[in-house]
Parts: sequence; structure tokens; C-alpha cells
Amino acid sequence: MPHFANIAVSILFDGLAYAMFLFITSVGLSVTMGLMGFVNLAHGAFAMAGGYIVVSLTRSLGIDFVPALAIASVTIGVVSIPFERFLYRRLYRSTDLEQVLLTIGLAFMAIATATYFYGPIPKSVPLPEWLQGDINLGFRYFPSYRAFLIVLGGALIAILWYAFERTNIGAKIRAAVDNRRMAESVGINVDLLFTLTFAVGSALAALGGGLAIQLFGLSPSFAVIYLVLFLIVVAVGGLGSLKGTLLAALVLGVFDTGGKYLLADAGGFFIYAVTVAVLLIKPAGFYGRE
Amino acid sequence: MRLIGWLGLAALAFTVGGTAQAETVKVGVVLPFSGANADLGHQIDKAFDLYVKLHANDIAPNKVEIIKRDEGPPTGAVAKTVATELITNDKVQILTGFVFSPSAIALAPVVTQAKVPMVIANAGTAWITNLSPYIARLSFSMWHHGYPMGAYAHDKIGCKTAALAYTDFPPGKDSTEAFKTGFEKAGGKITDSIPMGSPVQVPDFTPFFTKVKDAKPDCMYVFIPSGAHAAGVMKAYGELGMRKAGVKLIGPMDLIPDNKLQDMGDAAIGTIVMGNYAVDLDNAENKAFNAAWHKEYGKDSYPDFMSAAGWDTMHAIFDTIKKLNGKVDDGSKVVDAMKGWSANGPRGKVSIDAATRDIVQDERAMEVIRKPDGKLGIKVLGTTTAVKDECKELKVGRCGS
Repeated sequence: MPHFANIAVSILFDGLAYAMFLFITSVGLSVTMGLMGFVNLAHGAFAMAGGYIVVSLTRSLGIDFVPALAIASVTIGVVSIPFERFLYRRLYRSTDLEQVLLTIGLAFMAIATATYFYGPIPKSVPLPEWLQGDINLGFRYFPSYRAFLIVLGGALIAILWYAFERTNIGAKIRAAVDNRRMAESVGINVDLLFTLTFAVGSALAALGGGLAIQLFGLSPSFAVIYLVLFLIVVAVGGLGSLKGTLLAALVLGVFDTGGKYLLADAGGFFIYAVTVAVLLIKPAGFYGRE
Repeated sequence: MRLIGWLGLAALAFTVGGTAQAETVKVGVVLPFSGANADLGHQIDKAFDLYVKLHANDIAPNKVEIIKRDEGPPTGAVAKTVATELITNDKVQILTGFVFSPSAIALAPVVTQAKVPMVIANAGTAWITNLSPYIARLSFSMWHHGYPMGAYAHDKIGCKTAALAYTDFPPGKDSTEAFKTGFEKAGGKITDSIPMGSPVQVPDFTPFFTKVKDAKPDCMYVFIPSGAHAAGVMKAYGELGMRKAGVKLIGPMDLIPDNKLQDMGDAAIGTIVMGNYAVDLDNAENKAFNAAWHKEYGKDSYPDFMSAAGWDTMHAIFDTIKKLNGKVDDGSKVVDAMKGWSANGPRGKVSIDAATRDIVQDERAMEVIRKPDGKLGIKVLGTTTAVKDECKELKVGRCGS
């Protein structure tokens, strides 16, 4: 294979895998912000908590990585419900500042709690045999774990798209995002929808947290240091838009990877350059409402 | 006569009081206790606490009072603020800790002005010790590992070509510059030099390493802060199958900190580093150090090279307090007392070079192996004794000023 084609394939593949991680972890944040207008800076903390559950399940209880991901995701989804019901709900009509203070405080508490129980040393997870090493796709080798990320991300996108666009609940959510009062007045239980979407978003964040361990390692500060990335994806994609989040994750993932590969000296800068460029042209993001 | 008698009594009382009066030396410890690199701070902090606990009687009747502050992120700003507070509010007489070079660099003018000695337990950018006569360093300079690794990689490991990949902040540039100088002197060729983002968050290393893999140099020299980054490097290196593709992973010992080595798995086996410490080093002081560590912190907690440097740092501070009998108000006297200090520690024989106030220590080439008991460990391939900071010896760049 010619050299430049090889490079292009490397960038696209790695970028796509990275994009899937960004999408899975950010989509919940986007929907929460779009649907409830709530700034949830503790989103990263749910991801981090999911990651630690995966660590405990695999290392202490010997459960396989993939079932551990599923368990962690469901657990965090369920655990997030009381948070939404008893804490977040009180602040839906408050100012952004109050919401930010509450949620960043929760994030710091989560970091301290995780440090207390797990210590600050980054954790890793044991992967099953089939996720280690690389696989041969005929024309070249690819790391198995990243291929797994792409397949899983693709499947989740299909499921979410179907649920959002083709089911009754999806239609109600879209209606509530568009016009909450109208949705309520035609008898949609928006409160219940909030709780449901919040739980699903948190579950996805936990899944993202579990998947991220192999990419970055997992330490308590995960709750805050990658939050900027998630917020960028949400801002570029547009609040509350599934399509937007996906497009933003793809663009940012591929540009970031490509920038780092081709122009390492300025590599870390690319993701911000793209963000600024997109927001200059479309201040509400790709699919946000102006 | 009576008056003289009174005077004599008073003088006697004064001297007796002077010798019996115990001094409490205030030592300010600045280490990262939060953020992505919190575990680095804890590695040193645990060594400090352990030394103070086991050796409190060495300086009796004097005592130390340790005041700890969070160094914050590797940017220097927070460290400068808290250390300045330690000096002005808490009146500490000695400052120590400092994991990150930017912290030490930011603080150098402050300690110069305040005349407070700053005993560095980690920050390794070579020219830091030139910034203030009040700085002494017990850890290492990036050149301690990077420079000898250059010749070693070329002559012994068989790297004819090498790519450099580093975290983009002063010690990263310093470490790769040191390696490059040694490597090119030995006849090697650097194929690429790749900065890999900031030390604040662990990046996805895959794009950087894929680039190296595609270019296929014999070796890849990597510098990263030895916290969360180290685990990330090993994951990406293993996942991409780079060893199979013929790219050897080499670097300073920051790549394989002992407290994370067991988690790194098979990907780490065969990695060759240059450094001053590993828990597997075979000397009496290290065995005692490890035994005391496990007793205090449990069998699954390991010290690493930072802990070893932390131990020697507190050792040097205690010896200095003892030598000055607790009179440490004059910062320049404290630094003078440290010049030429030497001891046997977990890293073997270490001393402080009187001319540069930087450490002199043994450097070892070490390879990661699977030990007979199934754990990962290191094998010492070769040792060079009493290595000084070559950057200052050769007067390279800012080290010459």
C-alpha cells in the first residue's frame, strides 16, 4: 500500500475509534443539556464511577471485561436516578451558576471518594484474549481493542438512532426538547422523560468511562480532566442533538488524531482550532437551534 | 564581685538553656496531592513520612514540623503561591518536595529573595540548580539518565536510528535533548522528534506511536511524567504491536515506575531504561527500605524511584539539621552544610556535588523481565558509578550559565 494511503487509513481508523469513545461518553451530556437545560459538570464523575466499577468487577471478582462493562453501565444508570430526583431536580429552574456550582462540587466529592477507596494510582483492566493484540483485516493489521470500540460505537449509534427517531418515547423526547410547555400540555410526562434520559445518559457515560481505561488509564481525576473534551463535543455538536454529537465526535476525533499524526508540534492545538472555527460559523453548533 | 557572680550565673543559665533548648525546624513540603499526578506526590510523601517516623530520634532533642501543601498541576502557578505562603505565613525554614520542573523554575526567584533553601526531591530539568544558590537537588537531572542512554542505546542495544517522543514541557525537552546529544555523539541518527501534548492530561498516545511505527526506527526513546502517562504509553505500545514490528522501547526509568509496573503486563517486558532506582536493586539499604515500606503501607504498595529520592532527600535534611544542631535560620548555611553530603541510600551511594549542588549517583541500564515468581521486575544490565549531571559538566545551553 502506498505510504500516504497507509497514513490516511491509520488516521481514519484511530480517529474513528477515538470518535466512538467521545460520542458514547458525551451523548448523555448533550441530551441532558438540550432537554433539561441543565449544566451537568458531574457527567465525568459518572463516567469515572463506571470505570471504577469495571475495575472492581474485573480485578476483584474476576468477571470478564465485556459483562463488567454492561453491569457498570446499568448500575450507574440506576444510581443516577436518585441524583436526578433529589438533587438535580431542585435546580432545573435555577441559574446556570448554581447548577455549575452544585455539579462541579459533586465532581470534586466523587474525586475525593474515589481517591479514598482506590488511591490516586491509575488503574488498568485485564482484557480478554480477543481484545488484546491486533487483527488482520486482509490489507493490514489493526489493534483489536480499537476495532471493538468502532463496532460497539456503531451498534450503539444504530440503537440510539432507532430509539430516538422511530419509537414513541423517542418522539416524546424530541417533542420535549423542541417545546417543553407544548409537550406537557399534550399530556407528555416530561418529568419522567427527564429521569429516563438522565439515567440512560449516565449509563452511557459509565460505559465510556469503562472503555476509556484501556485508552488513558483510570485515575480519580478522570472526572474533571476529560470534561473539557466532552463539553467541546457537546458545544460543537449542538445541545440535545444526537446527529450533532455524532458529527462533532467524528470531526473532532479524526482531526485530533490527524493533527497529532501529521503535525505533532501543533497537534494538541487542532481540536481547539476546529472548535473555534465551527462555533464562529455556527454559534449553536452543527445541529443546535440558534 | 557579687555582680560578677550574678553575671556568671546568668551566663551559665544562658549556655545551659542554649544547649538544652530544642529547636523545632519547620519544613514545608510541596507535592501534588490532587489532579492527574497526585500519585507522584503520594509516592514521595510516603517516603518523607516513613523517614521522619523512623529517624525522629536522630535529630533529638530537635524536632521537625512538617507542613504540607498541594503543588497543584504541573504549571508552577499553584506551587509558587503555596510555597510563598509557606515562607511568609508559616515561616518555614526549609522547603522540599517539588515533583514538577515548572514549580521549581517558578519558585527559584522566590527562594533566592527569601534566602530559604529549596531541597528538590524530584523536578529534574537539568538547569534548575543554576537558577538559585539556595537550590539543592537530591533526585536527578534529566541528563543523568538521558545522556548515558544515548551511547548505551547505540552501542549495546543496537539502535542505529531512534525516534524521540516526549511530553511537551521543560523536562521532556531536556530528557530528549540529553539522549540526542549522547546518541548522535555515538553515531546514531534521530529520525523524528514528536511532542505529545501537555503533562496535565494523558493523551491518546496511539496517533503519535502509529507515526513512529510506520517510520520503523530501531528504537523509540520516550519521556513522559511517570504518573498516569506511563501506563498509557505501555498500553499504546503493546496494543500497536510495536515490539513485534521491530521498534524497541527505551527511555529514562520514568517509563516503568515500580508502583505501576505490575499493572503494565507483557507489553513492558523487554523495555530498557536508564535510571537510578528499582525495587529490585540488590543492596542492604534498599532491602531495609522496602521492608519498612511494606510494613507501613502494605504488601501491595511499592516505593519507586521518586520514593527513593524522597527518602534520601529527608535523610539529607535530617543530617543537615543535626550538623547545624537545629540552627537553620540562615539559609545559606543550610545549603553550605549540604554541599558534599553523602550517604548510602536505597539507590546506593549518593552525594551532593559541592560545586553544582546537584546529586552524584550511580546510573544503571535496566531491562524489564518476568521474574521466576511471575511478577514483573528488572534486571540490571550495567552500572556506571558516581555520575554527575552531564548537562552542567558539558555546559550545554542554559546549563552553562
